[in-house]
Amino acid sequence: MATADDMIPPGENPAPYHEEAHDPRRRDFINIAAVSFAGVGAVAIVLPLINQMNPSADVLAQSTTEVDISKIEPGQAIVASFRKQPLFVRNLTPKEIGEADAVAVSSLRDPQTLEQRTKAGKKNWLITLGVCTHLGCVPLGAREGENRGPFGGYFCPCHGSAYDTAGRIRQGPAPKNLAVPDYNFTSDTVVTVG
Amino acid sequence: MSFPWAKHYEPKQPLMRWLDEKLPMPRLVYNAIGAGYPVPRNLNYFWNFGVLAGAALVIQIVTGVVLAMHYAANAGVAFGSVESIMRDVNAGWFLRYAHANGASMFLAVVYIHIGRGLYYGSYKAPREMVWLLGVVIFLLMMATAFMGYVLPWGQMSFWGAQVITGFFSAIPLVGETIRVWLLGGFAPDNAALNRFFSLHYLLPFVIAGVIILHIWALHIPGSNNPTGVDVKGEQDTVPFHPYYTAKDGVGVGVFFLVFALLIFFSPNLLGHPDNYIEANPLSTPAHIVPEWYFLPFYAILKSFTADFILPAKLWGVVAMFGSILLLFFLPWLDSSPVRSANYRPTYRWFLLVLLIDVLVLGYVGGAEATARNVMIGQIAAAYYFAHFLIILPLVSAAEKPRPLPNSITEAVLAKHGGTSPAQTAMAG
Repeated sequence: MATADDMIPPGENPAPYHEEAHDPRRRDFINIAAVSFAGVGAVAIVLPLINQMNPSADVLAQSTTEVDISKIEPGQAIVASFRKQPLFVRNLTPKEIGEADAVAVSSLRDPQTLEQRTKAGKKNWLITLGVCTHLGCVPLGAREGENRGPFGGYFCPCHGSAYDTAGRIRQGPAPKNLAVPDYNFTSDTVVTVG
Repeated sequence: MSFPWAKHYEPKQPLMRWLDEKLPMPRLVYNAIGAGYPVPRNLNYFWNFGVLAGAALVIQIVTGVVLAMHYAANAGVAFGSVESIMRDVNAGWFLRYAHANGASMFLAVVYIHIGRGLYYGSYKAPREMVWLLGVVIFLLMMATAFMGYVLPWGQMSFWGAQVITGFFSAIPLVGETIRVWLLGGFAPDNAALNRFFSLHYLLPFVIAGVIILHIWALHIPGSNNPTGVDVKGEQDTVPFHPYYTAKDGVGVGVFFLVFALLIFFSPNLLGHPDNYIEANPLSTPAHIVPEWYFLPFYAILKSFTADFILPAKLWGVVAMFGSILLLFFLPWLDSSPVRSANYRPTYRWFLLVLLIDVLVLGYVGGAEATARNVMIGQIAAAYYFAHFLIILPLVSAAEKPRPLPNSITEAVLAKHGGTSPAQTAMAG
């Protein structure tokens, strides 16, 4: 039981009795230190709880794909699978290349030339993800007979985004061109994506 | 937290007296939803919908817990396990149809409940906290409904997950990273399905917790009523039990009639045939639409088609979330001291226009994105925001309300024969 007669340890005197009492007092410091220590521990525990949500090793391991492009004639496209997402590989016709080059780059929402979106000397091979940059639907136009939209490339049926023959966004709500993944030609007929 | 004339809990049974001393739970129930809670005597059937929402939550939890005993949250077998529930599990078809249509019933009664609050000014002081907690419950319900819809792993499930997690990729710079983190992959897959299942199981219990806070906050001022006039004395109220337990019972009966019609006669009326096709990451259905209860918000999302300073995609997502978050500010956007729209001749009309506007948004949300529909959606979306941000503050400042009754009792007696309370008091 604390009473008024108890000795007050030096340095812990309440302000009215001791002019030099400083804030925080030693006991406050111990309190702050203890809570901070527990707080750092709590943050350290949160980290794995956040990190477990990230893609796991087996998901990341699916990150390269080889595509055989030998059977794709000019004007045709195939749908391959890359990281469980559709991948469009299109062999552009000279007319389609001409249409893409005829557009003034500065007029585009996401300005890029066809050269920037293809590999040097392989300008006819347009390789993009088949994922609309709006909300992730698969645009139409890669398969035979599908609606290729007003710009002759791809057309997303979900919210009406239209891409041109270089896979660039031309109309509708999507903010970006169809993404070009990292890839290289391992031979004239095989592309390694990822 | 109640009126002074509220009845007191006085257990007569020795066992109940013993229990009341050790754990006064029956007392809590008595004071919350029993004879110990005095309620305005003039509530109409619109006041049934809170209890109906509670009943719908119970149905969802019971059917959901049972379905989880038969469902397998793995992308390889999830679709098959739902089909096995439909074909092989005893009464599985009933449980699944009850759960799927139960979600629609839940959202339907909650929309009417929200509409009741808007019409009778239940969001106004002193009930702002009740309203704010209600908006929190609504947001939790939307998250739960979305994640539940992903679980059958059909085409609409998959592409719904793709589109809705795509909202987060609209955030500048870190958006795509957040999306991949939420999904645990680059597209919806096993990791996403598993975490959605876990959260879909968790969130209803969070909703139940917030409902307790919602009722707690309600019981401090007590229930609003169709006149919006405060309770003045004992003659204005009746005990919740038996008066409103009986009246709510009627509503629950009608609720179950409609529910049974859906389950037994057209269980797939509100669903999409595409969701009976297993998820295929390489093929988007020709026409992706969310469930009916999300359509107005989906229409707002779709109505941003051109960049304006920020990308159109970001505008759409911000506007869609904003349309709900706006409700958090409603108690302060409407400055009229009169609660009930029955006494607000101008506001009443604008509220009707808002209802039509939301129905138009719902239509546009489900329709194809033709130029005409996009334009209608844009006008309707603009009006939605204009209602809350421009019309409502102006109307509440300029409107001349009709004279309010002096008390609930006076309003009730004026309706039934026109005798004034003074005469009744003399006759009584």
